[in-house]
Amino acid sequence: MSVSLAMRTPMPPEEPVESGPVAVDNPLPVKVQIKNVGFRYGKFEALKGVSLPLYDRRVTAFIGPSGCGKSTLLRILNRIYELYPGHVATGEVLVDGQNILSPGMDLNVVRAKIGMVFQKPTPFPMSIHDNIAFGIRLYERLPKSELDDRVESALRRAALWDEVRDKLRQSGLSLSGGQQQRLCIARAIAVQPEILLLDEPASALDPISTQRIEELIAELKSDYCIAIVTHNMQQAARSSDHTAFMYLGELVEFDETERIFTVPREKRTEDYITGRFG
Amino acid sequence: MQLYTRRRLSNYLVVALSLGATAFGLLFLVLVLGTLLVNGVGALSLTLVTQATPPPGSAGGLMNAIFGSLAMTVIATLVGTPTGILAGTFLAEYAHGSRLGEFVRFINDILLSAPSIIIGLFVYAILVVPMGHFSAWAGSVALAIIMIPVIVRTTEDMLTLVPNALREAAAALGSPKWKIIVMVTYRSAVQGMLTGVLLAVARISGETAPLLFTALNNQFWSTNLNAPMANLPVVIFQFAMSPYADWQSLAWAGALLITATILILNIGARLFASWSGLQK
Repeated sequence: MSVSLAMRTPMPPEEPVESGPVAVDNPLPVKVQIKNVGFRYGKFEALKGVSLPLYDRRVTAFIGPSGCGKSTLLRILNRIYELYPGHVATGEVLVDGQNILSPGMDLNVVRAKIGMVFQKPTPFPMSIHDNIAFGIRLYERLPKSELDDRVESALRRAALWDEVRDKLRQSGLSLSGGQQQRLCIARAIAVQPEILLLDEPASALDPISTQRIEELIAELKSDYCIAIVTHNMQQAARSSDHTAFMYLGELVEFDETERIFTVPREKRTEDYITGRFG
Repeated sequence: MQLYTRRRLSNYLVVALSLGATAFGLLFLVLVLGTLLVNGVGALSLTLVTQATPPPGSAGGLMNAIFGSLAMTVIATLVGTPTGILAGTFLAEYAHGSRLGEFVRFINDILLSAPSIIIGLFVYAILVVPMGHFSAWAGSVALAIIMIPVIVRTTEDMLTLVPNALREAAAALGSPKWKIIVMVTYRSAVQGMLTGVLLAVARISGETAPLLFTALNNQFWSTNLNAPMANLPVVIFQFAMSPYADWQSLAWAGALLITATILILNIGARLFASWSGLQK
């Protein structure tokens, strides 16, 4: 496995970790530009000036020990943190050049554009069909046949259709954990977002379901800008194009996944991916 | 080995004490139910539901009291359920750590444990006195006031049990808050909330003190909500204290009816909870 192969290459003396596209040779379209984002609740500063780009049609993985702020960062990207009073985010998150953190932004528009899937599967207590239709109905009034088509295509896209086509009227809670998670992914893509945020989407699943989710991520990559938080380093290595290593609320290193896992520039990154701490 | 023996002995002792205490508690419940059955079953007859309460010495039933209890319970439930559910929703979904929320919760807890006679007196003062007479309306209001804090509490508890991840998932789709609550949170908590309502109904169906001050009693058949209305608890109170044997036996029958109703409501609440639990 590639993780253990990480080699230490001699590096020039410490240079400040600057964000921005590191892979200069092939400029990729930047979908999201995270600029100097900070986050605090109460006196605790969970994020300190994090800056990096998320590229379109690429998967960016966020790794780091528990409490490093990677989930927090993800929760800023669709402003879900605002559900809790006292949580304050600073800096800018430019999606297609527009700062979604600015107070004037329409939250519903932000969240329609940016879908999110959580660690634990969260099917709503309603039928499989209605789980998917819930999101669509928030934005569009569709005739029944068109709605059914949209539900079907979302389920197909999430590789769940064949398993549930005969039981769309059954409760979403009747599915297995892995199926529930794919249902949640289907629900997120049914609203036709441009960005998908996956917060440890496979950490509550068995290995086979995990594999299916990873295959699905590889599939979806062709259409979306995907950010995934994971505790599982093999998963990051397998399924992402770029990897950001975070530690204690700071972005330590951001680079192409292959480089992070083979020639990390930072000692801390190397220590983490070789399992020496974290 | 000695240590083991000692532990075993103390274990037996604790089990014996617990069993003894349980038996002691249950004994009285069994005695109450037994007495009720022995005295009540004999008094059951069809005339209970076909005739109004009789004057002493003649035959009669409890039709007017049964109707009155039903009517006032239904009205109280219609008023108390939406009020209680909405207030509970406010506490669970909107009042996170706010001063107002703390205050409302505190008041609700006081109301929850307030003696029902005080609520009866309160309604007497604000409704019966200004209106100049006892009425079923006043009785319904008193019962609703007793019901509301129970429903507020169970609603809040049940909504708090719904995992935040579910609300976040709905919010992440761009759903407005009211829609999250109605479409997702309520649906997840519905069985617990309805169980709370059923238990609140059971609680008020036996209340006597608040009705003594509000609906009072009526020995005739009456459906006028603006007039005093007969009801089982007060009729039981009046008839059981009377020196007439036929009144006393009607009181037993009424007591049995109320107990059976509460039992059915409780069983219903349990069945409902497990039934909707299976739906998952």
